[in-house]
Amino acid sequence: DIPDALCERDKVKFTVHTKTTLSSFQKPEYSVQRQHEDFIWLHDTIVETEEYAGLIIPPAPPKPDFEGPREKMHKLGEGESSMTKEEYAKMKQELEAEYLAVFKKTVQVHEVFLQRLSSHPMFRKDRNFQIFLEYDQDLTVRRKNAKEMFGGFFKNMVKSADEVLISGVKEVDEFFEQEKNFLLDYSSKIKDATAKAEKMTRSHKNVADDYNHISGALNNIAADNNTAFKKHLEKCAEVFEKLRKVEDRMASDQELKLTELLRYYTRDIQAAKDLLYRRARALADYENSNKALDKARLKGKDVAQAEENQKQCLQKFDKLSESGKKELTSFKARRVVAFRKNLIEMTELEIKHAKNSVSLLQGSIEVLKSN
Amino acid sequence: ERPKNGCPPTFTIQPDRTGEDLQGGMAEDPQIQTHGCIRSKGGDGMNAYMAYKVSTQTSLTMFHSKTFTVRRRFSDFLGLYEKLSEKHLQNGYIVPPPPEKSILGMTKVKVGKEDPSSAEFVERRRAALERYLQRVVSHPSLLQDPDVREFLEKEELPRAVSTQALSGAGFLKMLNKATDAVSKMTIKMNEQDVWFDEKIQDVENEEQHMRKLHVMVESLVNHRKELSGNTAVFAKSVAMLGSSEDNTALSRALSQLAEVEDRIEQLHQEQAANDFFTFSELLADYIRLLGAVKGCFDQRMKAWQRWQDAENMLQKKREVEAKLLWANKPDKLQQAKDEIAEWEAKVTQYEREFERISATVRKEVIRFDKEKARDFKRQIIKYLESLLNSQQQLIKYWEAFLPEAKAIA
Repeated sequence: DIPDALCERDKVKFTVHTKTTLSSFQKPEYSVQRQHEDFIWLHDTIVETEEYAGLIIPPAPPKPDFEGPREKMHKLGEGESSMTKEEYAKMKQELEAEYLAVFKKTVQVHEVFLQRLSSHPMFRKDRNFQIFLEYDQDLTVRRKNAKEMFGGFFKNMVKSADEVLISGVKEVDEFFEQEKNFLLDYSSKIKDATAKAEKMTRSHKNVADDYNHISGALNNIAADNNTAFKKHLEKCAEVFEKLRKVEDRMASDQELKLTELLRYYTRDIQAAKDLLYRRARALADYENSNKALDKARLKGKDVAQAEENQKQCLQKFDKLSESGKKELTSFKARRVVAFRKNLIEMTELEIKHAKNSVSLLQGSIEVLKSN
Repeated sequence: ERPKNGCPPTFTIQPDRTGEDLQGGMAEDPQIQTHGCIRSKGGDGMNAYMAYKVSTQTSLTMFHSKTFTVRRRFSDFLGLYEKLSEKHLQNGYIVPPPPEKSILGMTKVKVGKEDPSSAEFVERRRAALERYLQRVVSHPSLLQDPDVREFLEKEELPRAVSTQALSGAGFLKMLNKATDAVSKMTIKMNEQDVWFDEKIQDVENEEQHMRKLHVMVESLVNHRKELSGNTAVFAKSVAMLGSSEDNTALSRALSQLAEVEDRIEQLHQEQAANDFFTFSELLADYIRLLGAVKGCFDQRMKAWQRWQDAENMLQKKREVEAKLLWANKPDKLQQAKDEIAEWEAKVTQYEREFERISATVRKEVIRFDKEKARDFKRQIIKYLESLLNSQQQLIKYWEAFLPEAKAIA
């Protein structure tokens, strides 16, 4: 797990803490510092490992995005002179809350990545994974230099061409035919749902922010007044301030449980699609090797070589199909479990927050009525 | 409540608190209802006008019956304001300002656009007119005015002549200009007026703060509407996702989630309406009212100025008399003495008027403050209750969903 993460200027340093009983590790417990780029390195080395072609590779965690809070901080700095002390304090509060939310999210997502690896029978034995967990110095990460980045770019281009390949390949296996159709459809729907969830959460946060501002403005009016009017306004301002906290938590919990879930599975579905693509490629290779063998037989040249090639292609394809089937089936189960857990947690949290709001509002209404 | 398309909406203003009256007299204020319906007169389109049904229920004996209904146009309301301000403003009364004219909004309605924004506009105006009338009749002195009675009772009112310059905004602009002119005069008020000095400053500050608050509440209304829209869109997306999900239980749970989000969208929409009608409009009303209070102070200022000018004139006349005495012109002397007597009388009159208007303004402002505190308290409670209701509904929806989520296998 990742019990702690520090943000130092631009980079986030994650403290990765491991407890293990595996004999391959030297010690039962480890604690190392890793940066986001280290996670990416680990992910990429796993992707590039031929052995794992038949497995769904856990998607890489996205880069920590502090753009939102950073923008706010900038605005805060610029507007400092033109704001009242209260306004400034409020904006600072907002900023801290947003920062915390982003932080929580990024820690969660990096943690989940490592947990996926460690719970998979094959990945947990991966040498690089062990290094990642054990090595107590800074990993001299081979950051993708320009050439490699270029390579990556091409890889992606080829991949999208292969989407066509996947859909075009004649599927003999019923299971894979169904999976293919399902994944293609689900993939676009879940991407859409993620985007819409993000918009919804954003609006919710805006409402919470407004509560904050309204609270401040009410206090401003109250400050210049005395008498009963002042008391009513102050009470109202207090309510808004507290409500704002609740609404904010409602919005961020919904984001953490629902939006993040959707985001994560969008990526995971993509990883499943990648598996299909690799298998489709292997199938194409196999079909090509068949054609090559036929050609060689016709020509009477290099037949043995062609036969060997064909045998290897078939082997690879079969291996991918077998492990692919296993992976996709367990993926289904995993997805359902994750959705269930998150939906339950989200619902329980929303109920909790709403109940808080209710008691807060009831209390305030009582006070106002009795005054 | 919102108007359904086609039928005249029905609303009841909360009856004013009975038995409370600063001037001791009225035991009950009339209850007023305002409905809106569109009526064509001599053609469609731009010649159509909106007529509002004004229903009054009262037990006051000065009215001809206990319940009665009349039809009034928006310009009639403006006309009423014109008449009342002509008569009472100069005495230092706070005359409630009517809602503002809106050419664009009204044109859309006249042209017969059946979209939600024109329905919203009509509702907004109707509610504002209702609040306007309620404020007028809860003012003990204004209620006595025969024009008010005529407005409520008389079958046909003569069309208000020219209400262009006198729409709420127009009139306030006039008042503001007067304010500027007055503040440019170097006026030195005496000791007694410290209360007034402080008060006018308070009013200025309050108006400024209220404007800021109003802007924020408007922002809240917009964001909540946005949230409502985005929630609806999200609901549809989740429904799509659910339909493509191959696990049956999860698929059902997702479509249930979509339904919950749909209901939540409805909640947000209703809350946005509450944000607007209960909170935002309250602030808009009071910003206008504070403008009217400032106008009040200006009237007092004018009265003071008139008195001072008379004093100065009297002084001049006395100087003239002194000069004439010295120059020994007996024929002109009588005239001078007459003028002095004239101006002495004026000085006395204006001084008395100034004192009277000061007393009225003071009483009016105290009454206004009490009303304001009561109004805000009532509306804040109403608004918080709407939020409370919304949250309670939310709990119901989520609690209904929870077993669905748990049923996923």
